Amino acid sequence: MDFSVQQLSFQHTNGVQALKNITLSAKAGECIAVIGASGSGKTSLLSILVTALKPTGGSVALNGKNPWSLSSGELKRLRSRIGLVHQAPPIPSRQRVITAILAGRLGQWPLWKSIASLIYPLDIAGARACLERLDLSDRLFERCDCLSGGQLQRVGVARALYQAPDLLLADEPISAMDPVLSDLIISELMNEAKERKITLVASLHAVDVALRWFPRIIGVRNGEIAFDLPAEKVTQDLLKQLYSSEMGMLPMQNHPTIA
Amino acid sequence: MATTVTRSYLGTLDPAAPYRLLGIVLGLCLLWPLLQLAQFNPLLLLDPNNIRVFGDFLIQFFPPNLQVDFLELVLTATIQTLAMATAGIALALVIAAPLGLIISYSLSISRIGPASYHPFAQSVRWLARFLMLVLRGIPEIVWALLLVRIFGLGPIAGVLAIAITYGGMLAKVYSEILESGNTLPARAILLAGGGRLAAFFYGMLPGCAQELASYTVYRWECAVRASVIMGFVGAGGLGQLMDQSMKMLNGGEVSTILIVFLGLVLLADYISLFIRKQLE
Repeated sequence: MDFSVQQLSFQHTNGVQALKNITLSAKAGECIAVIGASGSGKTSLLSILVTALKPTGGSVALNGKNPWSLSSGELKRLRSRIGLVHQAPPIPSRQRVITAILAGRLGQWPLWKSIASLIYPLDIAGARACLERLDLSDRLFERCDCLSGGQLQRVGVARALYQAPDLLLADEPISAMDPVLSDLIISELMNEAKERKITLVASLHAVDVALRWFPRIIGVRNGEIAFDLPAEKVTQDLLKQLYSSEMGMLPMQNHPTIA
Repeated sequence: MATTVTRSYLGTLDPAAPYRLLGIVLGLCLLWPLLQLAQFNPLLLLDPNNIRVFGDFLIQFFPPNLQVDFLELVLTATIQTLAMATAGIALALVIAAPLGLIISYSLSISRIGPASYHPFAQSVRWLARFLMLVLRGIPEIVWALLLVRIFGLGPIAGVLAIAITYGGMLAKVYSEILESGNTLPARAILLAGGGRLAAFFYGMLPGCAQELASYTVYRWECAVRASVIMGFVGAGGLGQLMDQSMKMLNGGEVSTILIVFLGLVLLADYISLFIRKQLE
């Protein structure tokens, strides 16, 4: 799925301007990392793309269409093709891992199938395959409140993979993981994007992970795009400016270094 | 001088405290005249004359009537009452479940868009809210007397009266439980294109099931007690039996029936506990 946003701005109802004058576009199959200090607008940008937030200014187009002028049925179909790995996995703690993963396809399943699957899980193999890629398949039938933060985050990733979306968005998908797991998760997200030629946009706190894996980096600062460059053209100076509010530290997954 | 003193303390004072104090004072100012209007005078309870009258009244209830033929009557009536309460709650569920789902804002797709459909969804919700208000706003005894005109004397009027009033109450509390729970899982499912019902089953139910079940069982318990009013419409059961015993001023029989009521409430407690354990 390709997308483009033109002069986009978003203002919360309490008056806080989260995004201003953002223009960017992506072709199907692109992998993009969004980096920036916390509160810079990374999550708001992803929320606009997942159609959770309606822009207060400018325009957004997904597959060439403005989602906010679609009928409710068309918008529902569009949403079922957009997957989001949430920052905090939105999974009820009493739910089992298998159910949480199968929930990824609720937008594609008819209601009878969704309900029948609660009585007996209808795609155990499919859910297990997604979890296997994230090295967690042994926890398939456990309850989510028995998992650690990092494991739960991987269940959230597995759900998005199971959804098999055309636009895959990930909001800080590795914030609760150690460096080895981080690399595994990001590589699986990248594989998914390459194999199915889908678009991947991930917001990341860890600058080193973003630069190592993603060909295109977008730096966001105070709700505006600071730079939008191929990874090899992102210089230390640009990064220092981007994170100037964080006391000269560049956030890293592996070894926090002083820039 | 006074202002500078206040300012110097500002750093350590809770800024919300004056509003809390104001709230308490206003609450008391409102409560006092209400108590006066209700002729609230606890000292009357301690008046020796009143205590004697009270004691004379209570003494009628001892000992409870434990004759076998009366107990047999009580047993049949208990079974009837349980059947009516259960049927009433089952019908109430049929009314409450869809209404509760319609009203619940946390399952509203139109809230995350598209905005053009918002007024329609809003009006459906207001209609459901109004229906719910009518159902539970009218006391069950009025419904029962109304329904007796249609169905004649008998359990059906009582069962329907309970179904209607409790349907409205359950719907209100269901929607409140659904909104006070964690709504993020349901929202995430709606955002991935899932429907309202799918979002409810996968996103809300796991977190709310215990509370929903325990409130439903509590309402069943209330329905058992409300079956007393069914006695008025000739529905049979403990209500009618109690009505008869009262009219004949047979305190022993009344106290036996009251003991059965206590037992049923205790039973409801255990059922609720059991269901909540199962859902844990």
